[in-house]
Amino acid sequence: MRALTWHGKHDVRVETVDDPKIINPRDIILKITATAICGSDLHIYDSFIPSMAPGDVLGHEFMGEIVDIGSGLRGEGDNAPLKVGDRVVVPFNIACGNCRPCKTGQFSGCDNSNPADKADISEVAYGHHVAGIFGYSHMTGGYAGGQAEYVRVPYGDVGPLKVPDGLTDEQVLFLSDILPTGWMAAENCEIQAGDIVAVWGCGPVGQFAIRSAFLQGAEKVIAIDHHANRLAMAKAAGAEVLNYHEVKLREALMELTGGRGPDSCIDAVGLEAHGFAPDNVVDAAKAAVRLATDRTHALREVIMACRKGGHVSVPGVYGGVTDKFPVGAFMEKGLTMRTGQTHTQKYMKLLLDMIEAGQIDPTFVISHRLPLEDAAEGYKMFKDKQDEVTKVVLRP
Amino acid sequence: MAMDTDAPITPANLVKQPGDDTVVSRAVTIDRPRDELYAFWRNFSNLAPLMDNVERIEVLDETRSHWVVKGPAGSDIEWDSLVTEDVPGRRIAWRAVEGADVQNSGWVEFRDAPPGRGSEVHAVIAYDAPGGMLGRLIAKLFQREPNTQTRRELLRFKQLMETGEITTSEGPRGAGRHDRGEE
Repeated sequence: MRALTWHGKHDVRVETVDDPKIINPRDIILKITATAICGSDLHIYDSFIPSMAPGDVLGHEFMGEIVDIGSGLRGEGDNAPLKVGDRVVVPFNIACGNCRPCKTGQFSGCDNSNPADKADISEVAYGHHVAGIFGYSHMTGGYAGGQAEYVRVPYGDVGPLKVPDGLTDEQVLFLSDILPTGWMAAENCEIQAGDIVAVWGCGPVGQFAIRSAFLQGAEKVIAIDHHANRLAMAKAAGAEVLNYHEVKLREALMELTGGRGPDSCIDAVGLEAHGFAPDNVVDAAKAAVRLATDRTHALREVIMACRKGGHVSVPGVYGGVTDKFPVGAFMEKGLTMRTGQTHTQKYMKLLLDMIEAGQIDPTFVISHRLPLEDAAEGYKMFKDKQDEVTKVVLRP
Repeated sequence: MAMDTDAPITPANLVKQPGDDTVVSRAVTIDRPRDELYAFWRNFSNLAPLMDNVERIEVLDETRSHWVVKGPAGSDIEWDSLVTEDVPGRRIAWRAVEGADVQNSGWVEFRDAPPGRGSEVHAVIAYDAPGGMLGRLIAKLFQREPNTQTRRELLRFKQLMETGEITTSEGPRGAGRHDRGEE
């Protein structure tokens, strides 16, 4: 089959690789009908994610049709196993459904979905091993991703969600990651009536966080970015927008919140923050010489801006360590921080129902559509032209 | 020496370990009843797929089993192991018989986790390889990362007991540098 593979910094290629096969009894094989490039794929493209190996197949946002199925899928009644021919959208993170984290809805903390030999990496780096993720380095399992013609989905009886015929691929594709991620980012703010929520980063996750915050009852949402196209998209959702190149950000946020500060602040930027703030330049220099990995400028700003007793929600991806973490502000202001990879499986059905009911139409983030064969060009475009590109959908 | 620590910690996890053996202690919580976990473990032939390097384990009788491990350069290392303690549903202890190439011993305990949290599996394994060339090879095989090895084995045990399968990411990949003849 054809697949998009990683070979090094800014080097991805579409090449011919073996077709995936059923290995375990609960596996399914999917023929991909639509897949997307995620902002977090750019962290891999930029070589910020450790434990990549040349030849790794990328892609964790995908959907398709089931073409083969293992002998031991579990479930009955409403949870009856999927069948060959079913059209499904697949969560980006892999969950077994049987361990305690899965049983308590903390799917992204699945104990079992990272193979034992790969689990060593995060056990050492983080103190506990993390769950498996499709196409996202060997630390998260070394799974082949879905920017390909076919993909093997382990625990196919847990994650994949059957899609009603009436909905198009583009309407449901983002249930795989960015829509639930934006939703959980807002949920982590525990929004109360009258709350003002500020969102750093208006990429797709930020866009869905903005819309989710409104749906969850926010009085006002303030959106922060420096790309005009992304700010316009946020404005279309009803947010007040700030271009951080044009305003003194903290002062502007204080003004817009009557001197209180936002009740909740969402960092939808993650480890590759832009801009020439002094701390960012130092972080970038350290990253260049491998002294540190994460640029945490956005996270620092979020903590400084958030009101006393407020919520800090971090859907943005971080992977390493940081310094100059404003621990004093964090403690003295009594902030609550909630973060984590999304418990995608927990939110997919709810959000699918909302799409069907017309409450959310996720297709607005799509700016470009390409054949899978042109995926390498898609990465380059997404990296170089963030003022034009918000989301690239690939079709095998 | 007097110690302040009074929590039940195995010697392997103390800063200063007694003796010269390599001792590994590791615990994992599995969301299954301990009787089920004990029964699976007690049939030693079940354990080979969970372990790195172990080719097969033959059960000889109630207390003896024969272990075959893939050694360096295609050679196998074999020994007999003896169950020294067996408390159904709770504890199994074993050691290699006298004269084995790899002197090893260990125990595994199955305990109730707090209510609703499944069972705790605690394993302690000690290796003591002989000197000489063979000893060094064996040491390399068994002791270079004994913590890692035990961690993997217990995780595979958990995966199999909870999900019915051993998780793998085996699958398609593109040509790496090695395949393309690049360095």
